[in-house]
Amino acid sequence: MNKNTKIYIGGFAVIAVIVIITLYYGATQGFEFGGTDDAAGEIAPSSGWFSGIWGDYELPGETESMLFALQAAIGAVIIGYFIGRYTVKKQ
Amino acid sequence: MHISDGILNIEWCALWFIVAIPFIVLGAKKVIELVREHPDQKMTVALAGAFIFLLSSLKLPSVNGSSSHPTGTGFSAVIYGVSVTAFLATIVLIFQAILLAHGGISTLGANVVSMGIAGPLVGFLLWRVMIKGGMSFPISLAVAAFFADIVTYVVTSFEMALNAGFEYLGNYLSVFAITQIPLGIMEAILFFMFGTYLVSNRPDIFELAAGKDEGDDKDESEGVTA
Repeated sequence: MNKNTKIYIGGFAVIAVIVIITLYYGATQGFEFGGTDDAAGEIAPSSGWFSGIWGDYELPGETESMLFALQAAIGAVIIGYFIGRYTVKKQ
Repeated sequence: MHISDGILNIEWCALWFIVAIPFIVLGAKKVIELVREHPDQKMTVALAGAFIFLLSSLKLPSVNGSSSHPTGTGFSAVIYGVSVTAFLATIVLIFQAILLAHGGISTLGANVVSMGIAGPLVGFLLWRVMIKGGMSFPISLAVAAFFADIVTYVVTSFEMALNAGFEYLGNYLSVFAITQIPLGIMEAILFFMFGTYLVSNRPDIFELAAGKDEGDDKDESEGVTA
């Protein structure tokens, strides 16, 4: 195994461990996946002069997840294309 | 992490827009120029944008149980500088504000200042210092990405505290910045891996970025032709 492969495997392993620990910690504390945006919004009273182009309408959870996944996919496709292209080129 | 509509008062929204707009315009000009004069750079610009797209969509769990997301601006900041990053971050923020109701249109200026300007600026400066200090490319990139991420959240906290009153600063910092540390570490590891990949497959990209020593514009052309 060459050095780079070790770095990639090690890196992803560490990331996985951090994700699992934080998920586990969050679950044991009974926290919900509210998002820091919501948490921060509740700290201080806000003027509420403009409640966004969507108004009070909230996207259904599934649609929101889908759109976030779509955004991630767009990014991942480009990065994957780049890595694939230059890995092949080098060989 | 983005500030939602309705949280900032109208004066602050306006002020942050005024701060952000020159950077965005300059960045847009630079991107157009870059793509037109150096078509070979298209792929790298797309890549820099793709990292912001991908990482800022990953809402990951965070230490206090809430979720927040990395920013992914480190790569763009070290390769293309602050204004281009501001432009790319604006695209992502508009996408999220309109389609995801995440962040907001009235607070777009404030979000661009924290994610597209302040964070990348710190990352970019650290990158330069570390490269000059003889650190390797992947490590410098990882450190730049980490601080670009953390500073983004610290600045967001300040923006909100300026609006709501400084007695809330501690609360904002603990919600935003502290939860961000594990995410920043993950982002740093990710960029370290990508940096390692680039060093062995596309070292020219880093050489371009490291060559930026005097004045932004001059080096850019130098770096590209090199």
